[in-house]
Amino acid sequence: MDHVAAFPAPVGPLGETLVRLSGVGVQRSGRWLTRNVDLDVRPGEIVTLIGPNGSGKTTTAKIAAGVMRADEGRAETRPGLRIGYVPQKIVIDWTLPMTVRRMMTLTARHGPAEIDPALEAVGIAHLAEAEAQSLSGGEFQRALLARAMVRRPDLLILDEPVQGVDFSGEVTLYALIKRIRDETGCGILLISHDLHVVMAETDTVVCLNGHVCCRGTPQSVAENPEYLRLFGGRSASALAVYSHDHDHTHLPDGHIRNADGSITDGHARHHEHEHAHDHGHDHSPPHGQSRASQSGQGHA
Amino acid sequence: MLDDFFLRALLAGIGVAVTAGPLGCFVVWRRMAYFGDTMAHAGLLGVALALVFQVAPVIGVFAVTAAIAAVLLLLDRRRALSTDALLGLLAHGTLAVGLVLVALMTNVRIDLTALLFGDVLAVGVSDVVLIWAGGAVVLAGLAWFWRPLLADTVHPDLAAAEGMRPDRARAVLMLLMALVIAVAMKVVGVLLITALLIIPAAAARRLSATPEAMAVLASLTGALSVVLGLVASLQWDTPSGPSIVVAAVVLFGLGLVLPAFRIGR
Repeated sequence: MDHVAAFPAPVGPLGETLVRLSGVGVQRSGRWLTRNVDLDVRPGEIVTLIGPNGSGKTTTAKIAAGVMRADEGRAETRPGLRIGYVPQKIVIDWTLPMTVRRMMTLTARHGPAEIDPALEAVGIAHLAEAEAQSLSGGEFQRALLARAMVRRPDLLILDEPVQGVDFSGEVTLYALIKRIRDETGCGILLISHDLHVVMAETDTVVCLNGHVCCRGTPQSVAENPEYLRLFGGRSASALAVYSHDHDHTHLPDGHIRNADGSITDGHARHHEHEHAHDHGHDHSPPHGQSRASQSGQGHA
Repeated sequence: MLDDFFLRALLAGIGVAVTAGPLGCFVVWRRMAYFGDTMAHAGLLGVALALVFQVAPVIGVFAVTAAIAAVLLLLDRRRALSTDALLGLLAHGTLAVGLVLVALMTNVRIDLTALLFGDVLAVGVSDVVLIWAGGAVVLAGLAWFWRPLLADTVHPDLAAAEGMRPDRARAVLMLLMALVIAVAMKVVGVLLITALLIIPAAAARRLSATPEAMAVLASLTGALSVVLGLVASLQWDTPSGPSIVVAAVVLFGLGLVLPAFRIGR
């Protein structure tokens, strides 16, 4: 397939590569959750996984994180790799007293000199002494990101890090993730909560659907025939919106243009909620200033 | 009032309570109360088997509860059975088998009430030594594995991804619980051990801002319950084990009406 040739599956020695999955498959009660996944994350690289529910995104992330073992294929990590992990869902039992500050040292010892700047960076320094259970969804996601950041990881694995965050918060978080990458040079494996939304700074998008359906730059995946066939669908010609989950934030085009942290592909449609306001907009994909389009790599 | 037997009872009770505090916190945080119950009930079977094989009861209790914990851990990992039903089966099954075995042993006289509800006023010096030595091991183990255990409690995958080896920590927690049950049985008996684990921890919750503060506070609450319970038991001639638990419940109730302030912030 030509798009695979353009963005070949990773081969060769591990070298600088942080984590490499080769032909990874996971089986549960006779069913393959995911199969034949090839994936490389190198230092300074942002790899985004997209795909519908049950497509194996979280499974893939867990294998990369070393939490799950692959039933076939191989998962290799650079020796001594330090991972920072933001899981998809954390519920801290209310019987467990846990301040935000205490949460920062859950898996390693850190001093205030490391913790305070991290909380500052995600914008919740004022909540340091608050109970973690009292935080809003967005605040908690920020705390989780700060916690992963404090570890100064080589590889950051973020499973839907902007879930439950409103649009402006989402933009800030994506900007923050980019900043973490720029400043620390860590590699990032990010799972997008929305099949149609990919952070603009993403170097490689891997679209999963039980297997790797396609991969490439955000732009090339957005235009990839297989992606369109599976997820772009009939709406591709009629609708192209940035559709946002759950909180029904209206997204005037101006907003999207300011959103240097996220782009929409030009073929999105919303599949769960009705967004009456979606219709009738003029949808030129607003990733004009994204790295993706500057990179000039169209699909092959 | 401070007779020798009473002093020994105090030392034994406080030793158990101080150990049970932090461990009980994990039982509460991980919602393992029924799990603890199951292990404790299996303790009776341990005593019976110890008598059959003529080893010290402590060893029998530890071996059986640890084995039960291992079985539960394995089954839980495979998600083979509904844990709730499985726990019920094991808890009451082992208790019943233990009771039957004890009744069958007509050649030895066994004080069943002491096994079920404890007999702290009858502890000897060697019991006190055993409790404090076992307690020291448990507390040292908890301190050593504190961070992995806590990380695993919050999120097992996160703990695993960040190199905390949660499987190992979990196994250690089970062993420590088996150890506490083995040494605490003499004080409160198999039926009330879980109470000593969870009630002080629950009482400490509202007053704690961090897990560490809660652990320390649970130990102190437990120790206070032991003192109050034993004094009351002497005063009013009530059974000592249940009196300790009643004292703990009273302290829990007092904690509820205390104004909310947090320790450890």
